[in-house]
Amino acid sequence: MSIDSQFTHKMWNDHELSKMVEGGIPYPMLSDAGGKIGSVYGIYDENAGVETRGRFIIDPDGIVQGFEVLTPPVGRNINESFRQIQAFQLVREKNGSEATPSGWRPGKATLKPGVDLVGNVWKEWQTKQAFD
Amino acid sequence: MAEESAAGCTRPTGGPADEESKEAQATEQLTENKETQSMIKVGQKAPDFTAPGYFKGNFTSIKLSDYLGKWVLLCFYPGDFTFV
Repeated sequence: MSIDSQFTHKMWNDHELSKMVEGGIPYPMLSDAGGKIGSVYGIYDENAGVETRGRFIIDPDGIVQGFEVLTPPVGRNINESFRQIQAFQLVREKNGSEATPSGWRPGKATLKPGVDLVGNVWKEWQTKQAFD
Repeated sequence: MAEESAAGCTRPTGGPADEESKEAQATEQLTENKETQSMIKVGQKAPDFTAPGYFKGNFTSIKLSDYLGKWVLLCFYPGDFTFV
């Protein structure tokens, strides 16, 4: 979503993005002229008149589970967004009985919060797991 | 989910052209935004919206609440044809 019109979206998709992504952009490109939606989400820069690089993960109940906001010159890491969604999906699936520690990816160990884990995370999880 | 909509002729209108009123408006807008714009919180409902869009060759209108039951990744960006 950006402040551009749907006409500009069409031109950008048809003339540039479709040359980078086969078949063009596979999701809706939304228009927020005037930044009204961006203002509600808190990411509209009223001085520049554009939206900053805000990214929101919204779960199936419509609840915001996470967000990230960057200034324009730095691009996002889409794999990190996917990783976070996978983590939120696991937590939802397990009804909160499992939590995903730092650096978790699908297949890696989770933690089971509870009385017995208090003070014992060091036995279950090593710092290097955040980086591997 | 995404209803096709016809290509109309309405376009967003421009702001004032002379610097003085532009500045006055900017100040006004700033004050206004200070009151209304705040970051949303995690764990709370995502504000619902309807927005016109472009999707696979058609103009559409998208309502966020139509996507209840699915995971949504909502991305804002500064503008079309910007480089990053």
